[in-house]
Amino acid sequence: MSDADLLFKALADAGRRKLLDRLHAHDGQTLGELCEHLDMTRQGVTQHLAVLEAANLIAVQRRGREKLHFLNPVPLQEIYDRWIRKFERPRLKALRDLKRRLEAEDDD
Amino acid sequence: MTTANRSHFVYVTFIRTTPAKLWKALTEPEFIRQYWFNMTIDSGWTKGSPWTMRYEDGRVSDAGEILEIDPPRRMVIRWQNVWKPELKAEGPSRCTIELEPVGHAVKLTITHDIERPDSKLITAVSGGWPLILSNLKSLLETGEVTVVAHPGGNKH
Repeated sequence: MSDADLLFKALADAGRRKLLDRLHAHDGQTLGELCEHLDMTRQGVTQHLAVLEAANLIAVQRRGREKLHFLNPVPLQEIYDRWIRKFERPRLKALRDLKRRLEAEDDD
Repeated sequence: MTTANRSHFVYVTFIRTTPAKLWKALTEPEFIRQYWFNMTIDSGWTKGSPWTMRYEDGRVSDAGEILEIDPPRRMVIRWQNVWKPELKAEGPSRCTIELEPVGHAVKLTITHDIERPDSKLITAVSGGWPLILSNLKSLLETGEVTVVAHPGGNKH
């Protein structure tokens, strides 16, 4: 599976997206902290974290006996650059052209 | 982002290149400028040598010192913003850069932390790092950067 396939597959699950949201709200959590307030078994969370780590969406660091999970936004940036930015451009250009035309009319 | 009295983040990217080429991309001003929105970084790249980041017009944005260096594996930079008073007031942060070969790629890990909660510096640099790393990956893998100007202005 390519890096992009791993990434989109990892994002295609509401539970995994929720884990990313929880790390966004509070980065550097242990498995135990992530399991609190989540309607998922500890084993389920562990499996989701493994998929997210394989897609490089989270980075794991050891501190003493603890494993801390950090949200890694770099692949999301790559999706943005590859899949979103270029589709935004025509719309932004259309807005800019509209603004220019309306302002030019004011000058008349 | 804030764990007890610390602000901290970790960014990871896998780049299809060699540790030697990636190290060069991280330490040569001409190379850095291409993916770091025309910022220049100068240092002697030895332990204890000063480290300085400048805007295109020469103003110093951030300054510090190389605390540890082990080419092409690891370096630790004492990093302090000197341009914005509210960021400068927070004192120095630590940026750790680690390279690890994984198959045909290199895993690049950037850890940036400061010994204070809710750091504005960490928030400021955390907006820049994903763009910089995405650009660096693209430059090394394809020869081109994807984002030429920083969308949020000339912050990092």
